[in-house]
Amino acid sequence: MRTSTISQLKRARERQQSVVLATRLRDGSEELLSPGEESALADAARDALRSDRNGAVTVRGEEWFLQVFNPPLRMIIVGGVHIAQHLAPMARQTGYAVTLVDPRAAFASAERFPGTELNHQWPGPAMAELAPDQRTAVVALSHDPKIDDPALQAALQSSAFYVGALGSRRTHAGRCERLAQAGVSQERLQRIHAPIGLNIAARSPAEIAVSIIAEVTETLRRGDPR
Amino acid sequence: MTSPTTLPQMDAADDDLATLCQAESWLEAGRQVAIARVVQTWGSSPRPVGSVLAVDDRMHMVGSVSGGCVESAVVQEALDIMVHGEPRVLEFGVTNEEAWSVGLACGGTIRILVEPLTDEA
Repeated sequence: MRTSTISQLKRARERQQSVVLATRLRDGSEELLSPGEESALADAARDALRSDRNGAVTVRGEEWFLQVFNPPLRMIIVGGVHIAQHLAPMARQTGYAVTLVDPRAAFASAERFPGTELNHQWPGPAMAELAPDQRTAVVALSHDPKIDDPALQAALQSSAFYVGALGSRRTHAGRCERLAQAGVSQERLQRIHAPIGLNIAARSPAEIAVSIIAEVTETLRRGDPR
Repeated sequence: MTSPTTLPQMDAADDDLATLCQAESWLEAGRQVAIARVVQTWGSSPRPVGSVLAVDDRMHMVGSVSGGCVESAVVQEALDIMVHGEPRVLEFGVTNEEAWSVGLACGGTIRILVEPLTDEA
């Protein structure tokens, strides 16, 4: 492998671009492929990108190893609450670039969230700026409808692969009523994971964060059954 | 482990690119470096295809290609490859006597590409 290839991979990551590193197994010669290119190898690379899968392929009698370098997964956490303080570092360890959205600076402070990108706008403009995509999970934890509702509304209009909201079944029923009145379709409301997290009888904020990470992971790897 | 400053917001531990960046910084520090990557697996295997392990000539390691069962054998090959410069594809599995001795206990088979890291254009 050449150091210049690593530099190119870093540049692609900084620009949030997806690239595939193709390495010929016979001699280690390598090529960096972007989605737009036209060749038999680029076709195979496109398939690898689409499925986010690394693998060996044979193209014109030569064996190549294709490794996908996608931009990192993202997690947008709404509400700088106690659970969020545990969730943010866990999400980073699991491979997510984390942004915390909370207009209340006392909650979303650098002391409470070291190393986490903070966004102090109201969720409406914040979500418009962050533009969740299919590699983004959105987790609403504030427990305050003024903050959670607009964030969820925006998340449900996006292609975020996971949308979850904290709250009991009763809280969630009330939330769905409010969102339905605001014009969100039943089909979209079904996308919200609530009560949030896998049911592992979690109690403490850290345990609830584990259940959320587990559910986000399951949705990412297994797909959303809803 | 120093985490590369070019990758904000991410923990380095499980990120393949972060592993490659560490390898690059070893090379810049004047060490010899080899990169090992899992290119194929059959049956159960502890690390997925694409997992990266970087090794330097002092046997420092970052990343992983298995749950620890074949790392020592890979490091031995890597030390040779970083000197001789030719990439090599290694295969470990239960049918392979060498793999048996290094103990791929999970019963799978893996192919690992090991190549030198160079700063040639």
